[in-house]
Amino acid sequence: MEKFSSHTGVAVPLKRSNVDTDQIIPAVYLKRVTRSGFEDGLFSAWRSDPEFVLNQPQYEGASVLVAGPDFGTGSSREHAVWALQNYGFKAVISARFADIFRGNSGKAGLVAAQVDEKVVQRIWDYLDEHPGATVTVDLESRTVSAGEGPDAIVDSFDIDDYTRWRLLEGLDDVGITLGHADVISSFESTRPSWKPVTQH
Amino acid sequence: MGKTLAEKVWDEHVVRSAEGEPDLLYIDLHLIHEVTSPQAFDGLRLAGRQVRRPDLTLATEDHNVPTIDWDKPIADPVSKTQVDTLRKNAAEFGVRLHPLGDIEQGIVHVVGPQLGLTQPGMTIVCGDSHTSTHGAFGAIAFGIGTSEVEHVLATQTLMQAKPKTMAVTVNGSLPAGVTAKDLVLTLITHTGTGGGQGYIVEYRGQAIEELSMEGRMTVCNMSIEWGAKAGMIAPDQTTFDYIEGKPEAPKGADWDAAVAHWKTLVTDPDATFDEEIVLDASTMTPFVTWGTNPGQGAPLGGVVPTPSDFEEESDRIAAEKALEYMGLEAGTPLRDVKVDTVFVGSCTNGRIEDLRLAAEIIKGHKVADGTRLLVVPGSVRVRIQAMEEGLDKIFTDAGAEWRGAGCSMCLGMNPDQLAPQERSASTSNRNFEGRQGKGGRTHLVSIPVAAATAVRGTLSSPADLEV
Repeated sequence: MEKFSSHTGVAVPLKRSNVDTDQIIPAVYLKRVTRSGFEDGLFSAWRSDPEFVLNQPQYEGASVLVAGPDFGTGSSREHAVWALQNYGFKAVISARFADIFRGNSGKAGLVAAQVDEKVVQRIWDYLDEHPGATVTVDLESRTVSAGEGPDAIVDSFDIDDYTRWRLLEGLDDVGITLGHADVISSFESTRPSWKPVTQH
Repeated sequence: MGKTLAEKVWDEHVVRSAEGEPDLLYIDLHLIHEVTSPQAFDGLRLAGRQVRRPDLTLATEDHNVPTIDWDKPIADPVSKTQVDTLRKNAAEFGVRLHPLGDIEQGIVHVVGPQLGLTQPGMTIVCGDSHTSTHGAFGAIAFGIGTSEVEHVLATQTLMQAKPKTMAVTVNGSLPAGVTAKDLVLTLITHTGTGGGQGYIVEYRGQAIEELSMEGRMTVCNMSIEWGAKAGMIAPDQTTFDYIEGKPEAPKGADWDAAVAHWKTLVTDPDATFDEEIVLDASTMTPFVTWGTNPGQGAPLGGVVPTPSDFEEESDRIAAEKALEYMGLEAGTPLRDVKVDTVFVGSCTNGRIEDLRLAAEIIKGHKVADGTRLLVVPGSVRVRIQAMEEGLDKIFTDAGAEWRGAGCSMCLGMNPDQLAPQERSASTSNRNFEGRQGKGGRTHLVSIPVAAATAVRGTLSSPADLEV
C-alpha cells in the first residue's frame, strides 16, 4: 500500500445522504476478478444524467469527495472503495461513514475523513462559490482545509489512531499479523475440540 | 461487574490485545462466495501465502448463479469467469466448495446454519454484509471486505476494535400475522440506517424469545441495515433443538460439552449496555418500505408520507428524492400501490418456514393478472424439502415461477432483475436505488405481505384476501 501523508485535490460536493454501496457501484459491475477497472461502474446510475456533478467539466480530475452523512451504507463490497480509487479519489469527507466502508477504506488506502456535519456544509458552500477549487486532507495533522484568508476553512477530522498510523506508513495488515503467528498458534491449541470444522 | 453476551464471546476470541491497537480476534468460521474472494486469493498467491485453516473455511456459489438452467454452463461470460475463478481457487488452496449443482449449494447464510456449522459462541465472518444472520445463534458474525477476507485466509484472525454494546429489548408478543420481518423493519424506521453504527446489538425480550430460529435469523440478518456491526440473540432451548442432529453439529460427549458451554452465553444480570432501545411488539403491524433505504418504512395500513412532514432537512430531501425515484405520490394509501413483481427469497426470507408460510397464504389463489411471482429457495436443501412437502406445486398452480437456489433478484447479479420503473414487493433486505435492476423500484415486505400482494396485485396483507 502507498503511504499517505497529505493530499490536495479538486473536491466534488456530493449533496446526498445515505449514499449506499449500490449507488457507489451497482452489483452488475462486481464481476471482475481484479482490483482495477471498476471506475466505469462508479455512481453509474447517476453518471448517466448529464447534470450529475461528476459530469461537470470543472470537476474533471477530482480526487476529494465531500459527501452527505451515512456514506457507504449497505453491502460489504470493497469494490466500492476500489471504484472510487480507480476513478482517482484519494479521500472522502463525510459526517458519518458506515462501519464496513470505513474499514475497507483503511485497508485499501482511501482516507475516510469524518468531520462534523457543519464542516461538510461549509465546504459545500465554499465549493458552490468556487467550483473546481481544491480541498486538502492532511493525515499528519488530521485536518481538512480549503480556501485562504479570514474565511479559510480548517477543521479536524476523526480517524482511528491505528488506521492513521498504517496509512501514514503504508503498512500491510497481513504482514503485521503474521508477525504474531506464534501467538495465533498457541491460541489455536486451546480451542475446544467440539468446535466445528469443515473438513474431517 | 458482569458481561454482556457480546463481551463474553468477544473475550473468548481475543488472541492478542495491546494498548492503542485493535484486538486480534480469532475466527471460528470463514464463509466464502464468488464475488468478494477472487482478489483475496490473488493476494495470497502474489505473496506466496497459504490458507491457514482450510478446515475452518467453506465456500459456495450464490450471488451470480442462475436460478434456471443451472445444469447448463452459465450464460453470462463474466459471471462464469467469477464462478470458475472460485472453483480454481478452492481447488488450489484446498477449500471445501459447494458449487452450483451440489446438494449443499445455496445462499451462504442459509447453508452455514443448515449444515450445523453455525453454532453459539462462535466468531463467523464472510465477505458479505448479511453475515449478521448467524448472530441468531449467539455468535458474533459480521461482514468484511476483500482485504479482510485475505487477512482471514492467511491468518484465521482479524484486527478489530472492540465495538460498544446495545440492547434492543422487544417486549410483548407479535400479533398474529405480524412476523420477524415486520419487527425488524419497524425497528429500522425507528432508528434510521445509521442508528446501530459502532454497536454489537443484542436482541432480547419476550417477542425475540418467542421467535423460531428462522425468525431470529431474519431479525439478525437486517442488523446491517441500521448500521450495526453485528446483531445477536442469546442461545436457548430453541437454538439447541435447531442445531441438534445437523450434519456438522457436535455429537455424543461433544454435544454435552458444547451445550454446557452454550448455556453460559447469556448477558449477566449485572452487566450494562452502552445503549438500549425498548420496543413493544404487541403494537406492531405489517410494515413495508416506501423509499430507497430500509429506514424509509411505514405500516401497510398507512400512506406514502409527505416529505415536508419530516423535521430534519436531510430527511426531507431524502424523502423527496426517494418518492421521485419510486414514482409515488405523497398521501397515496400504501394498499393502492400496484406491484409488477413479487420476489420471495434471499438470506432474509428464503428458508423453509418462509416458503411454507407463503404457500399457506397463496394456496387456492392465483397470482394477479399483470403480476409475476418469483419463488427462489435459499438453498438446494430448502428447495428439495419444499418439493417433498408439495409447496412447489402450490406455487406453480397459482401461476408462480419456481426457481433454483441463490441470491437471485435480491441484488440482480444474475439474470433475475427488474426492468427500469418495474415495481417489486420483495422479501429481501435492501430497497436501494437500482438494487434489483437499474431503475427498479423495491418495496421491502414480509412473507405474508408478499404472498397477499402477489394475489391482489397491490401491496396487501392476508387479511385483504378474506374480504
